[in-house]
Amino acid sequence: MKLEPIDRALLAGEHGAAAARAMALLVRYGTACGADRFIDIESAHIDGCLYHGPSSIDFAQHFVDLGGKVRVPTTLNVAAVDVTHPGWNCGPPEIIAQQETLTRLHEQLGCLPTLTCAPYQRMARPRRGEHVAWAESNAIVFINSVLGARTDRYGDFTDLCAALTGRVPLAGLHCDEARRPVILFELPSVEATGLPRDLYFAAIGYVVGRRAPGIVPYLRGLPFDASEDELKALGATGASSGALALFHAEGVTPEAADMPIERVKVEVISPAEPAAAIASLCRAVDGEAVAAVCLGTPHYSIHEFAQLNRAVEGRRRSPETEVYVSTSREIASAVAADAAFDALRAFGVNMIVDTCTYLAPVVRQTSGLILTTSGKYAHYGPGNLGRRVALMTLERCIRSAETGRVAPPC
Amino acid sequence: MLIHGHALIEGLASGGVLKLTEPLSLWGGVDLQTGRIVDASHPQRGAMLATRLLAMPGSRGSSSSSSALVELARTGRAPAGVITTRSDPILTIGALVADYLYGAAIPILIVSVEDFGKLQCGATGHLWCEAGRAVMTFPGHELVEFSNSSA
Repeated sequence: MKLEPIDRALLAGEHGAAAARAMALLVRYGTACGADRFIDIESAHIDGCLYHGPSSIDFAQHFVDLGGKVRVPTTLNVAAVDVTHPGWNCGPPEIIAQQETLTRLHEQLGCLPTLTCAPYQRMARPRRGEHVAWAESNAIVFINSVLGARTDRYGDFTDLCAALTGRVPLAGLHCDEARRPVILFELPSVEATGLPRDLYFAAIGYVVGRRAPGIVPYLRGLPFDASEDELKALGATGASSGALALFHAEGVTPEAADMPIERVKVEVISPAEPAAAIASLCRAVDGEAVAAVCLGTPHYSIHEFAQLNRAVEGRRRSPETEVYVSTSREIASAVAADAAFDALRAFGVNMIVDTCTYLAPVVRQTSGLILTTSGKYAHYGPGNLGRRVALMTLERCIRSAETGRVAPPC
Repeated sequence: MLIHGHALIEGLASGGVLKLTEPLSLWGGVDLQTGRIVDASHPQRGAMLATRLLAMPGSRGSSSSSSALVELARTGRAPAGVITTRSDPILTIGALVADYLYGAAIPILIVSVEDFGKLQCGATGHLWCEAGRAVMTFPGHELVEFSNSSA
């Protein structure tokens, strides 16, 4: 590993003891990753602020005790609980104090308490070509693919070490070679799959994640007018079903046109595969009791709230079914302050902030299905929550919430 | 049998091989209170990781998998070592921090896909991972064949 003067200064403690320890860990990490030098980063997004157990606090406390401060603008991912609605927490009661401690430690290190998995929607949008150190699998794939920024697949701890030093090893998706596609998927069109458009992107993500584990795919045939919310769904689902950290979509994502694809292996995804993926994530039986509809995995955007508002307008929710939408405090406050979203309030939509309902249990009823529009939720929810989850369109979720029973597809 | 590979994380470990037939996300795929695989879609759902040599054909998903590995290490429920076929940055930092915070070394061996295929679930093996000299041995099994280092 070739160290530059700044790296040696960091290691020698010239920027404080915390930065020195973080740099020493990064040197071991970079060596294991096969990097030969370090580069500067412009920002960091920390996933380690989500409380998993005492080790989460031990790590952050260690750097607070050493007087650590982040050296680049640093945002925080979701937490384990919505501390603003303690009454909704159906998990262990002590999680609230534990999470508050962990969040406070990160604030002491200089991190911004954004507490969202989708800061890229409005708050922090890294530019094309900019090197950053972001964790949280959906944020990684979004900023790499849709914004063209450069982050490797960082996990908890690496993210904080990078923030405390402003440096990362030049490895993985920071490098040109690693960003080139190694497989080209010919995708079926929305029409060919027979899927509604709002399930198509999650379905493609699920299939691509499974078929391209840990490699960069080039997607041909994605609709050219794909919205950021649709690409968010594709990436988040692919990062859950596989380890998708970067995809290029022809005519859609910024780096696609520059990618060499002449010699890349071509595989066709048949129209039946995305439909089969959706069927595997939606094993609901029409008429089954619905405990809740959970939306916002990743965090709901303001556009998605507008869609939901239109979908619930003039409808009445069954008292049997709760509706939760996970989002950031920033977007929740914009929705709360805007009369254009009154239909949401009339329907009884609960906005949960700081966290996500696929990891923080909030659904009070202990039996009945949870419905979602999120492929990521449908993938992780059953294991995390021990609940049955079914993926379906927003329109069908809302019709089901009206009766408290799974409505047939339209 | 002797398998050569590349040490991603150095250390020594012994245990029974738990061979997964699909990649696993340690976060969301493993219950941190018990160390049991809970991913509903995983073929080895229900298996326990503690003290095993976890052979997995890749990892999935979450950035939190490094936290999951450290939390498992803190409570003594982590695998004794990991054998996989690709370098994984999230597992790497998890193993480094498990050592840094709790002195719990979790060696990680990278082997070729071909050698991975030879691993037998349930066999007792020893991992010896150090730079330039990383091997996995199965005592009582005569040396069968091995390919060159996949480093």
